Amino acid sequence: MEALFFWLFAGVAVGASVLVVGQRNPMYSVLLLIVSFAALTGLYVLLNAPFIAVVQIIIYAGAIMVLFLFVVMLLNVSKEDATADGQRPLRIGPGPRRFGAVLAVVLAVELIWALRQIASAPFVSPGGEGVQTSVKAIGLVLFRDYAFAFEATSVLILVAMVGAVILARKDPHAKDQ
Amino acid sequence: MNWNDFSAVVPVLMVTLAACTTMIAEAFRKQRDVAAGRWFGVYGIIGLVGAIAASLSQWNQSLVGFGVISVDNFSVFFNITLCAIGILTIILSVGNADRDHLPLGEYYTLMLFSIVGMMLMASTTDLLIIFIALEIMSLGVYVMTALKRSSAEGAEGAFKYFVLGAFSSAFFLYGIALAYAVTGTTRLDEIGLRVASSALDPGILTILAMVLLLVGFAFKVGAVPFHMWTPDAYQGAPTLVTGFMSTGVKVAAMAAFLRVFLSTFEPLRVDWLPIITVMAALTMILGTVVGVAQTNVKRMLAYSSIAHAGYLLIGLAAGGAAGKAAILFYLVAYSVTNLGAFGVIAALSTPDRQHDNIGDFAGMWKERPGLSALLTMFLLSLGGFPLTVGFIGKWFIFSAAMQEGMYSLAILGVLTSVVSVFFYLRIVVMMYMSDETAPEQRPAVSPLTVTGLLIALVGVIYLGILPGGLLSIAADSVASIF
Repeated sequence: MEALFFWLFAGVAVGASVLVVGQRNPMYSVLLLIVSFAALTGLYVLLNAPFIAVVQIIIYAGAIMVLFLFVVMLLNVSKEDATADGQRPLRIGPGPRRFGAVLAVVLAVELIWALRQIASAPFVSPGGEGVQTSVKAIGLVLFRDYAFAFEATSVLILVAMVGAVILARKDPHAKDQ
Repeated sequence: MNWNDFSAVVPVLMVTLAACTTMIAEAFRKQRDVAAGRWFGVYGIIGLVGAIAASLSQWNQSLVGFGVISVDNFSVFFNITLCAIGILTIILSVGNADRDHLPLGEYYTLMLFSIVGMMLMASTTDLLIIFIALEIMSLGVYVMTALKRSSAEGAEGAFKYFVLGAFSSAFFLYGIALAYAVTGTTRLDEIGLRVASSALDPGILTILAMVLLLVGFAFKVGAVPFHMWTPDAYQGAPTLVTGFMSTGVKVAAMAAFLRVFLSTFEPLRVDWLPIITVMAALTMILGTVVGVAQTNVKRMLAYSSIAHAGYLLIGLAAGGAAGKAAILFYLVAYSVTNLGAFGVIAALSTPDRQHDNIGDFAGMWKERPGLSALLTMFLLSLGGFPLTVGFIGKWFIFSAAMQEGMYSLAILGVLTSVVSVFFYLRIVVMMYMSDETAPEQRPAVSPLTVTGLLIALVGVIYLGILPGGLLSIAADSVASIF
């Protein structure tokens, strides 16, 4: 049963990722990336890591993808779409594509190397055996050991919020100068 | 969690409370009610004075709060310095901020939150908190740089500062991650133990972690080759914000820099000493040489602050009790002088002109003899003239370097100081010996601004003549942790 789900999620994740690269319309790419992230979430659940699964949905599929969508929309998709008559999008020249290919190869080599390392020496987490991955255990660590960091982060977010509001607001003095 | 945890963070909490009060008061202020806006400065000063009082009561007590905040004399020294920088900035701001049409509530709120980040950065013993504090401080300062919305230079400076700052944060974070990967902890003392036990053969990952952390700190301190953001951000920001960030950010970053490199990574001194030495030399040379070529006074002071970062790095390279105390003294000396200098420039600017071109100072002594004299004193102190605090600060730094046998760094420091006097004196010559007069009218200066400038002047002269008290306090502060 677990194997069945694994192959299902893995297939969806790989398939969606391949499709992300193949789209002409960047909007479809972004939406397919969400599918890929959702499939990864399933894999995390199978790995007994429910917290990471939820975080994956909230942060990656939620917040970060919304940001991506905004950027894509701000960059004006319609023009990109108009050139989709069999040609490649104008914006990606051969230089960036080669650069991307090199990065992909480097990443692949790095992954293969890392996986071989893990295969030869099984990973031991610093916490030893019974490492808890449940939401409850993580919550306890977060609010007991890292309580101060948590509170400091809330100040950080407050500052970011005030900053974003003041920079995005209309300048009340713009007119009377 | 008990009472001790909270009593350790009382100073930080007070400033946080003042920041929140200002933020909420701004929400209820009517838009054109400038008088209410002036009160924000008062809230800030109340919070900061309270924080100084609370910090003073923590002197010679060693408390630990929440396992990550260490109240030792070192952090008390920095907390008081940072709060004093805040108070002086607010005093200088009250007359200027509403004249320049800055959004008052956000100006004070962000400044106070930045000070919270700075104080946390100076007093924490955990890399994780250093990072969060660094971000609190930086976000506040990024936004303050862009606070004058009608200024294109401000937007440019803030954008460069933000993008490069985010880049350096990534380096810093990567350094923390590697340190965690090697040692399994983010606590400085435990990392220090692990580093000490393998100091002879530290391994590539430890060195990499150290270098990445060094990049993060060097960026915030403004050391070459991570100084590129400095001139644009300093020129574009509202002048008092420039004064605040050139002092506060440097002081806080230097505090964390010292704590991490002189205690945690001290066993690896042979590995980082060459890097810091080269960095110090390059920083002094570039700051001075490029500074000479500037015609914009704020840009010139930006390069001067780069050069000052180089002198601070000499102290770091020298290490030793004398070097560490000299850095603390130098930071105070630099802060009081620099705030004064930027305060004078801010007092002369109008909403549409920053009064920061060197030609703007032509013949200033005829119209404004008092301000000219003040600016002259601050510039002489930055250049390191005797009887000013700048001279004493440099004297301590260079003599600490001589004690450790770093003659070439000390000589280079003296040489660059001499060259830097040239560009400070250019402004003085412009003010006193130019026959021309700047065409623009110079605005009236509020008595509060004058008070702030006089406080800075008293600091410059008092510490320049009687530096012993502050130096022994600085020595006590470093003795508590290193």
